[in-house]
Amino acid sequence: MKLLRVEDIRKSFGSLQVLDGVSCELEKGETKVIIGPSGTGKSTLLRCINLLTKPDSGRVWLDGVEVTDPKTDINHLRSSIGMVFQNFNLVTHLKVLDNVRIGPMRVKRIDKKCATDLALEKLTRVGLSDKVGSYPAELSGGQQQRVSIARALAMEPKLILFDEPTSALDPELIGEVLAVMEDLAQSGMSLVVVTHEIGFARSVADEVIFLENGRILEQSPPEKMFTEPKHQRTQQFLHKITHLYGHESRAEET
Amino acid sequence: MNLMFDWSWLGPLGRGFLVTFELTLIAVSAGFVFGLVLAVGRVYGNRPIRLLSTTYLTFFRGTPMLVQIFIIYFGLPSVGIMLSSFTSAILALTLNSAAYQAEYFRGSILAVSKDEMLAVRTLGMTPLQAIRHVVIPQTLRMVIPSWCNQLVNLLKFSSLVYMIRVPELMYQGRLLAMFTYRSFEIFLIVGMMYLGTVVVLSRILRVLERKVRIPGLGAKGA
Repeated sequence: MKLLRVEDIRKSFGSLQVLDGVSCELEKGETKVIIGPSGTGKSTLLRCINLLTKPDSGRVWLDGVEVTDPKTDINHLRSSIGMVFQNFNLVTHLKVLDNVRIGPMRVKRIDKKCATDLALEKLTRVGLSDKVGSYPAELSGGQQQRVSIARALAMEPKLILFDEPTSALDPELIGEVLAVMEDLAQSGMSLVVVTHEIGFARSVADEVIFLENGRILEQSPPEKMFTEPKHQRTQQFLHKITHLYGHESRAEET
Repeated sequence: MNLMFDWSWLGPLGRGFLVTFELTLIAVSAGFVFGLVLAVGRVYGNRPIRLLSTTYLTFFRGTPMLVQIFIIYFGLPSVGIMLSSFTSAILALTLNSAAYQAEYFRGSILAVSKDEMLAVRTLGMTPLQAIRHVVIPQTLRMVIPSWCNQLVNLLKFSSLVYMIRVPELMYQGRLLAMFTYRSFEIFLIVGMMYLGTVVVLSRILRVLERKVRIPGLGAKGA
């Protein structure tokens, strides 16, 4: 059974058709990277998976449970889908440790001691065990994003969605976040990543989706996507992107 | 002009001050809870709740507090609700304060980042949990400066309840002035007592504001 199944998702905001029949699947442990020009529905697609945005039609299944079924307890289901945002979205008034353990404590009702251990374990994993007592505003963007990854991990999710996780970061901070994401991908976590980081996609994606105008224009393994894209649109886009972001994985540089 | 002060005034004025303080403290606390509910209802509630909350605010912010006090004390008995003057005063001050506090809370709630709320919703929190754990704690921090305004106003406006013979500071001052014909001195003292309380309360809130400031955020020393 597939871990994630997205079937014919459509969504429009007013007269703007953002998603126009998108279907895709993800096996457990796979990493899927979604690329495409801005405004083509990449973020909306991610948000339809955990129902932050309600699709107009189409269905989504996670691990055999239909996410889009109105009878599904969406709060419970969301606790097994992590999400990492472009702007980190850490809770301003909470220390790093509290940001990470608030999910396990308040949603899963795990007692404070266990939740703390869990949070420390995840913070260690993203390399921030020395920052537990800091507030988000005292951290760099890269550190904040790693905290937000730890926050997602602390829920022990089946799947993590990344919505342009490095787009708001200074160039020299991108590597540390990508390195954590690569580590996750390699350890068998299932990831769906919207990103322009071609290097990351190259080195860890099992499959790359090129989304344009709310449709999947092309879907193939990275080596194929990046060396011999089928469509001219994909070629043009990749050309622009590689020009801007470079070929090599930044994680490898650091 | 020769001013005259009499130490024996301090007894009644002191007693009056304690009543004023009690009125303000109870009304501001009860108004705090009610105001928070109103504000959350107005921002996050469905249509009927929003409408209810807005109507309430419009009425209590749109009519003079003295009218509200008189409606409760002189008006309610005609529908069979008799309240003592003290209870009427507490009720009127609470309901009025709640309306103003609600507006301050609403302003601060709107200033809390929606993205943070979104992030904890993706952890599986219900809307109420997100409000409780993300929105309210930040709202309360941000609201302190404007909330201080409301506290100070309430303290001063509580003097209106002398009209329904609650023996608070203003009432005691008037009584003394009537007996001694020393209005100028007495109301000067009464005024200083209000002023002193306002200054002390503002100081306390300023310290609190500094204490709960989130490290790394905002202008230093502001």
